[in-house]
Amino acid sequence: MASHEHTDPPSDPALRVKALESLLIEKGLIDPKALDEIIDTYENKIGPRNGAAVVARAWVDADYKQRLLDDATAAIAELGFSGVQGEDMVVVENSPEVHNIVVCTLCSCYPWPTLGLPPVWYKAAPYRSRAVADPRGVLDEFGVPLPDDVEIRVWDSNAELRYLVLPERPEGTDGMSEDELAAMVTRDSMIGTAVVHAP
Amino acid sequence: MNGVHDLGGMHGMGPINPEANEPVFHDDWERRVFAVTIATFGAGNYNVDEFRHGIERMGAANYLSTSYYEHWLHMVETLMIENGSISRDELNAEQAKLAKEAA
Repeated sequence: MASHEHTDPPSDPALRVKALESLLIEKGLIDPKALDEIIDTYENKIGPRNGAAVVARAWVDADYKQRLLDDATAAIAELGFSGVQGEDMVVVENSPEVHNIVVCTLCSCYPWPTLGLPPVWYKAAPYRSRAVADPRGVLDEFGVPLPDDVEIRVWDSNAELRYLVLPERPEGTDGMSEDELAAMVTRDSMIGTAVVHAP
Repeated sequence: MNGVHDLGGMHGMGPINPEANEPVFHDDWERRVFAVTIATFGAGNYNVDEFRHGIERMGAANYLSTSYYEHWLHMVETLMIENGSISRDELNAEQAKLAKEAA
C-alpha cells in the first residue's frame, strides 16, 4: 500500500511480533517456555496423519464408520484426537454419486486435531471466494475433474463446526492393512480437493 | 457483518496456486505470531468471536494485501491494546528499540 494512516503500526511483521512478544513476556502475560511448546505441538505433532488414521479406521471397520458419521467428535476422540478447533466435528462421506469439499469463506476454520494447521491456499482469497461459486472449476484446478452427474456438496466451516471429508476407498486395496491404507490418505483428500489413489 | 472478509462468491481473486510440500510455517516470524496468539487466546485475553472480529475490522485494502499471519498479528496487537494489557505507546517504543538494535 502506498500510505498508512498514522495509527498503523510499522509493516515489518518480524519486528512487530518480536516487540509484541518481548513486551508480553516482560509484563508476565505469556510464558516463553509455553510458546516453544505450542510451536512444537503444531509444527511436529498434530497434522493430517491423524485424520488419515481416522479415515483408514472407517474403511476397515464398518461399525466405526457408522459412529463417525453419526457423531464425528466422539468417534474421532476414540482415536485420541480432540481439542482446540475440533470441538464439534462433522464427517461427510464421498461416494460415486456425491463429492464433498470443505471451505471457510469467512476466515480459516479448519479441523486442527485431525488435519493440523491449514495450508496457505485454504486461508487465501482465491479458494475462499471460488469454492462456493464454482466448486467444479476449483476441483478441476486441483486435478480432480468430476463427471457432470456427480453432485458436489460444499461445506462452509465456521467458528463452532468443522468438517472432515471421508474419501472413497480406492479399488484394489482389499488386502491392505490399516496402516498401509492410512499412508495413502492425503490432507487434500480430507478437505475434498483430491481423491485417494491406490499406489 | 458484511465486510471484505466475507469472500464467498467474490470474483477476481486470481488462481489458487497450491504449494507442493508446503511447510507448516514459511518464516520464523509466523511461528512467533502463532505461538503468541495461542498463548494469549489460551490465557483468556479474548474469545474466538473477538479474535475473528479483530481481523474483520481490518481496513479492506490492508486485509487483502497482507498475509494470514499478518492478520493474526494485527488482531493480537489490537485486542491486547484494547483490553489494556499493553499500550500503543509501549508497543511503539519496543518496536523503535528493536529497530535501533537491528540497525
